[in-house]
Amino acid sequence: MQALVIVGHGSHLNPGSSEPAYAHADTIRESGAFDEVREAFWKEEPSFRNVLRTLESDEVYVVPLFISEGYFTEQVIPRELRLDDFDPEDWESDGTDADHVTLDAGDVEKTIHYCGPVGTHDSMSDVIVQRAKSVTGRDEFGDDFGLAVVGHGTERNENSAKAIYYHADRIRDMGTFGEVQAVFMDEDPEVDDVTDFFETEDIVVVPLFVSDGFHTQEDIPEDMGLTDDYRTGYDVPSEVDGHRIWYSGAVGTEPLVADVVLERAEDAGAPVGDAVEAVRERTGGADAAAGD
Amino acid sequence: MSVADALVDAADDGIDFDGLTVEPYRDAYRFQTPDEDAVVTLEELREHADSPYATNWHYWERDVGGHDTARRAFLRWLEGGDGLSVPERYDALEGGHTRHWGELAVTAVLGRDGQRRYEVRHEDDVGEDVDAYTDPLEARELVKHDDDGRYRPLSTAPSLPHGWAFVDLDGGDLVETVEYVYPATVANWHRERAGDLDVDHWEDAAGRQTGIYGVVSELPDEALEWAAEACCVDSQCLKRREWDRNGDEELDVPRGDGEFPCREPCSLLVAAARKFTTLEREETREYTFELTPEEKEQVEDIVDAVADGRTDEIREADVYEGANRYRARFLRAKRMDDHGNLSGTPTYPEDHDEDEADDDHH
Ligand code: SF4
Repeated sequence: MQALVIVGHGSHLNPGSSEPAYAHADTIRESGAFDEVREAFWKEEPSFRNVLRTLESDEVYVVPLFISEGYFTEQVIPRELRLDDFDPEDWESDGTDADHVTLDAGDVEKTIHYCGPVGTHDSMSDVIVQRAKSVTGRDEFGDDFGLAVVGHGTERNENSAKAIYYHADRIRDMGTFGEVQAVFMDEDPEVDDVTDFFETEDIVVVPLFVSDGFHTQEDIPEDMGLTDDYRTGYDVPSEVDGHRIWYSGAVGTEPLVADVVLERAEDAGAPVGDAVEAVRERTGGADAAAGD
Repeated sequence: MSVADALVDAADDGIDFDGLTVEPYRDAYRFQTPDEDAVVTLEELREHADSPYATNWHYWERDVGGHDTARRAFLRWLEGGDGLSVPERYDALEGGHTRHWGELAVTAVLGRDGQRRYEVRHEDDVGEDVDAYTDPLEARELVKHDDDGRYRPLSTAPSLPHGWAFVDLDGGDLVETVEYVYPATVANWHRERAGDLDVDHWEDAAGRQTGIYGVVSELPDEALEWAAEACCVDSQCLKRREWDRNGDEELDVPRGDGEFPCREPCSLLVAAARKFTTLEREETREYTFELTPEEKEQVEDIVDAVADGRTDEIREADVYEGANRYRARFLRAKRMDDHGNLSGTPTYPEDHDEDEADDDHH
């Protein structure tokens, strides 16, 4: 038997924080690729500490629903799962290349395939584009549209910015948009000045965050000037400084993220059959895949 | 495979389960239970397929399987002990046999051919007409908020909402549902019964923390007792606390009577302990307040009401309760100044500049 475990942050305060993990887990359950699919959280239950023992499978694929490599993927998750032999060096990553490692866990007799985070997988670029399509209702963009990928920035770790630049560069190379920029909440270039960085009248703004919360629902809309007070809401698109801003909310809520989770497991050797195609079909990602 | 086919299929290898023995015997087979002992041909063996011993074997060995799994142990436990004979268990299961797990009532009912079907609901809702569900995944949303719509960050807090039941479940779906309501409780209970629950005591769990939680290992000994009393007792959490300060020093706080163990301080306790640690760094000071005896008791009533989560129960006009809203407002109007200082006494008198007092909004 094989199991997939999606590990997310969760929250003691915000009940919506775990929703993307649940939603993507359900999509993958539906595909039938795994005998067991389980969600586990740092702040909710089952905890990382207790999740592996709830599984009957002996092959377990663990995929972090996190945006970047760093504190959580390199320290907290391996420690709490008791992947005692984990060494971040084994990932041979410079910040965006973590793939997978196979390890034992200290409390169970299982083989654990520990994967890199969803946020740095190549397919996340497709999800960002898909998110832009969802929020604008368009299938194509062309030169008249700009795309801003928003990240948190330095506060957490340097790799957080690397992941943002990585996808911004990839999407720029795809030629899907007239312009593509990486912007941040607390480092330059700042999301506050997003309109300064674009010639295009239309700008799609996609935050590379796992779930909606304080940052994506309150800070970023206010920082960009979409609204003075997030409680009163904002229009999509909103006019700011002569630009039309299409603000999408957290990319992690896009159904196509399920495909990235599944691909992470497949990259780690999980035999998932035709589940990747099935999940793409279901989550609107079939086109994104074709164009890749 | 029908029970009859399964019996025939298993006869050559033999069966020895819950009082049923089937084994090759001379040129035929022996079918033995506490109630009968017969030597039969393979065809005649089929006629025993409706024996409770046969259907019981079929359910556990062919449907449930999973020897040594927590799932199987939990389903066995639901039927109430290995001491009962199969017909006795069947009698109990006929009308539904219920056991309690936290605030859940879990009922096993005997179906056709020894199949069991299961139901799970809030124990207060037994016999009530509530909304029925069959997909375990729906439990995640159902138990996320309490009856008042407040988010439940701790699954084992005794605030399970009412008004739903998962019905007509098979064993796998039952365990999945229970695990969405109380994650990992079945697995850890199973380990404990097998004598290998891996308890991580406070000092290990705190010592492992990094980042913003690194400070929790500085929580003073006394404050750890208070933290456990604040968060872990049965009125707050239905897990039975099995961790202590370390393997040698137990905490005095009652562990609780829960069915399932708590094997290490949870994330909620660790997050609270972080705050407690910083609070405990402060030195005490002397303040002088004037309160009437009734007012002193009222302050105590208010702390009690908040700590016991009773503020919602105190009726609007019940001015005999110290924690009544009008009483609290009266006390505030009388004893607190415009800056919220009790008796007008500033919290940090040394920082207090008389001239700026009126502009000070802290
Ligand atoms: S640490 Fe305390 S509050 Fe947390 S699960 Fe255990 S007993 Fe409950």
